[in-house]
Amino acid sequence: MPEDYRPSALHRDRIAYRRRQTVRSVAVAAASTLVLGVVLVVTVTGAPGWERVRASFLDASVARDALPDVLRGLWLNVRLLVFCALGALAVGLGTALLRTLRPAVFFPLRALATSYTYVFRGAPLIIVLYLLTFGVPGLRLRGTPPVLVLGGAALVITYGAYLAEVFRAGIESVHPSQRAAARSLGLTYRQTMRHVVLPQALRRVAPPLLNDLVALQKDVGLISLAGPIDAIRAAQIQTATSYNYTPYVLAGALFVLLALPLVAVTDWVTVRAARRQSAEGTA
Amino acid sequence: MTPVLSCVDVRKEFRGTVVLRELSLDVAEHEVVVLVGASGSGKSTLLRCVNLLETVDDGTIHLDGAHITDPRVNPDRVRQRIGIVFQSFNLFPHLTVLDNITLAPRKVHRVPADEARSRAMALLDRMGLAQKATEYPDRLSGGQQQRAAIIRALVNTPRLLLLDEVTSALDPELVGEVLAMIRDLKGEGMTMLIATHEMGFARQVADRVCFLDRGQILEQGRPEQVLGAPQEPRTRQFLQRFIEAGRL
Repeated sequence: MPEDYRPSALHRDRIAYRRRQTVRSVAVAAASTLVLGVVLVVTVTGAPGWERVRASFLDASVARDALPDVLRGLWLNVRLLVFCALGALAVGLGTALLRTLRPAVFFPLRALATSYTYVFRGAPLIIVLYLLTFGVPGLRLRGTPPVLVLGGAALVITYGAYLAEVFRAGIESVHPSQRAAARSLGLTYRQTMRHVVLPQALRRVAPPLLNDLVALQKDVGLISLAGPIDAIRAAQIQTATSYNYTPYVLAGALFVLLALPLVAVTDWVTVRAARRQSAEGTA
Repeated sequence: MTPVLSCVDVRKEFRGTVVLRELSLDVAEHEVVVLVGASGSGKSTLLRCVNLLETVDDGTIHLDGAHITDPRVNPDRVRQRIGIVFQSFNLFPHLTVLDNITLAPRKVHRVPADEARSRAMALLDRMGLAQKATEYPDRLSGGQQQRAAIIRALVNTPRLLLLDEVTSALDPELVGEVLAMIRDLKGEGMTMLIATHEMGFARQVADRVCFLDRGQILEQGRPEQVLGAPQEPRTRQFLQRFIEAGRL
């Protein structure tokens, strides 16, 4: 390109046109959003029953009263989520790896891993939860772990089966030529998995993996069926005493807030990896 | 002297289709043998059998006199002494060029990280890729990727280098830099078995050219002899297409 390059009149025209188009589309988007917002607010607040709904779902003083109990319950959700997520990820990854083993010696392990994913993806979580939290203590064995641990185990077993399939999809999505290249360098099966296949697989399945973890976050609350009080259960207790649904809304809002950082971190990790590796990022 | 590679009566079938038909081939130390022939003639399959990526259905392959097609042999040990470069590069996209090259030295050959690094950097420097060391493969041109893949195979100082159509996926203007690199390797005495469609290159670099047809070596000899004055009608027929295309 010569040093004294100046865009031609045609190109200056093009730039100006595109700029006008951008301004116009931003203005249209803003206007339509505003109109939609106003219509929504007017419809909801103008509804005949609005005052009653606001009083029973969005009462600030009820929310303030319920907050400590709901937060205490939420703390249980958070702790359970961390342990169950780590457990389910480990179980899922282990199961997926077992299912990829080809040598005949591993047939029993492979069969076990396969039937595990078949059974527990089909079994309703609540049934598994009841079986473990009520059935197992019912055996009256010595050293039976507390209900919280048993309930956590039910979640880990069920979600491990889902996550195993996500991991397996990721592992199988890595092209066989990548394995061939790794093996041809003398890497063993394990080293190939560890250094070549899994890093690529995990990056690809990060979004669906996160999806399942957010679902898990909501399902850890089901443990309250067996006794422990989580955020939703705490809200339910509050509601039962005040006949006001605001604690539910409060708990729901807190759940959304809890999911946001998880979503944001995963998006950031995926985008960063994609940008580093792809040619488009150089520009 | 024991040849570096010795294939005797190697047979390979894929679901009833015979790809290699009792093929025998020796490659001596410092020798460069080039396999030519139509697609499906068995060139790539032979290379994959030598590297034990495929198991032979009959016959034997020896590396430095050691029988490697014995099922009791650990294939990982064999592959540590053979380098292979593929048509589609097969670099690891999640690792930088440098990490691609040092992965096997560090994990397989247990070379300390900084030594593996300096060895890789020396090779990259010599091949004019030093400034690309910390880039990811997708940011490199095809020619640069293939050169990085060759370095990845070389860094383990293999006894034998297998090159499988290494220029077939490249734009014509990028072929030259890869071929120049292979010529340099020949100058250094690397023992190589090469499958290629680049007849001009085969003529320059080969000590011996083997024409493969339906899983057998139909004709072999000095490049000027096989490519210049082929004896077999099928060889002539195959080369005719390259002459017509002005590529011989």
